[in-house]
Amino acid sequence: MKADKKRIIGFAVALVGAAMMAFGVADNEHREVFEKAVRICLECIGIG
Amino acid sequence: MDKKRNGKRFNFRLVFQGLWALITNSYLTGFLQGKIYQGKLKNICLPGLNCYSCPGALGSCPVGALQSSLSSRGSKISLYVSGFLIFVGAVMGRYVCGWLCPFGLIQDLLNKIPFPKKLRTFKGDRLLRKLKYVILLLFVILLPMVAVDMTGLGDPWFCKYICPAGTLEGGVPLVLLNSALRETVGFLYTWKILLLALTVILSVIIYRPFCKYICPLGAIYSFFNKISVFKITLDKEKCVGCGKCERTCKMNVNPCKNPDSAECIRCRECIYACPTGALKDNFSSLSVRKDGK
Repeated sequence: MKADKKRIIGFAVALVGAAMMAFGVADNEHREVFEKAVRICLECIGIG
Repeated sequence: MDKKRNGKRFNFRLVFQGLWALITNSYLTGFLQGKIYQGKLKNICLPGLNCYSCPGALGSCPVGALQSSLSSRGSKISLYVSGFLIFVGAVMGRYVCGWLCPFGLIQDLLNKIPFPKKLRTFKGDRLLRKLKYVILLLFVILLPMVAVDMTGLGDPWFCKYICPAGTLEGGVPLVLLNSALRETVGFLYTWKILLLALTVILSVIIYRPFCKYICPLGAIYSFFNKISVFKITLDKEKCVGCGKCERTCKMNVNPCKNPDSAECIRCRECIYACPTGALKDNFSSLSVRKDGK
């Protein structure tokens, strides 16, 4: 595959990713990440 | 000349990694009080493996966040987290590993410790590199979704049983600083400390063993190395086949044959080593070489 073609695919995939993020934010999914991240994750640190 | 130049460039990467790790883990109160940051920035995922239970962490770990959504009731696939991983991967690929991962920085520093016999490669090295994909599929995706309790909740298997970054960045400082947590330490903590110790020892002997063989985040970004917007490219007409790039690469990639290999962490050492300027990336125009190549 030529370099230009790969780059175009890269841009397109990045756009898909950005769109997914936007839909996720619209659905308040970032709040779920927040809820998990502001509590000490006992599993992560080897306690829970 | 080459050596001097390489040394200077490597130091720049180290400084960049260090600054990024400091900025994204700059909640000093957490380190002083044995607590974690609870502000709004935790809504945002960071690109590298940065445990969100590190007392200084300002953002969230994408692997932890992904497992959290998959292990929740109904195993929801978070568009926000998966979209973030796809976006970052498609833009940067494994530049994240080379430049923006705090645990990568720690391994880089550990590998600077002198050791009588550093291992560049060994029998089974290539095969072992596939392990990170097995860990991604099994411990990050399948087990958190499938192995659930009566209430339908699963565990973050990778974080819980494997991740040495979480132990180092979150487990060790929090247990040292927080007496309530210290009293709850048990077998799991001992197991994770053993894994961390093994990772530390291996990092002195082998360059970035965790990134090469274990890291599921590196595995995700590796899928995008071929198509990422920012990447290393080879000008075949300029390449003289001297092999300097391959000898320089600590990830054992041959940039002449495969400049966008899934194993490449884009540390740019091959670009600095190339005597003819055949290897370039999107940032090459920013760093003008003294010899003009």
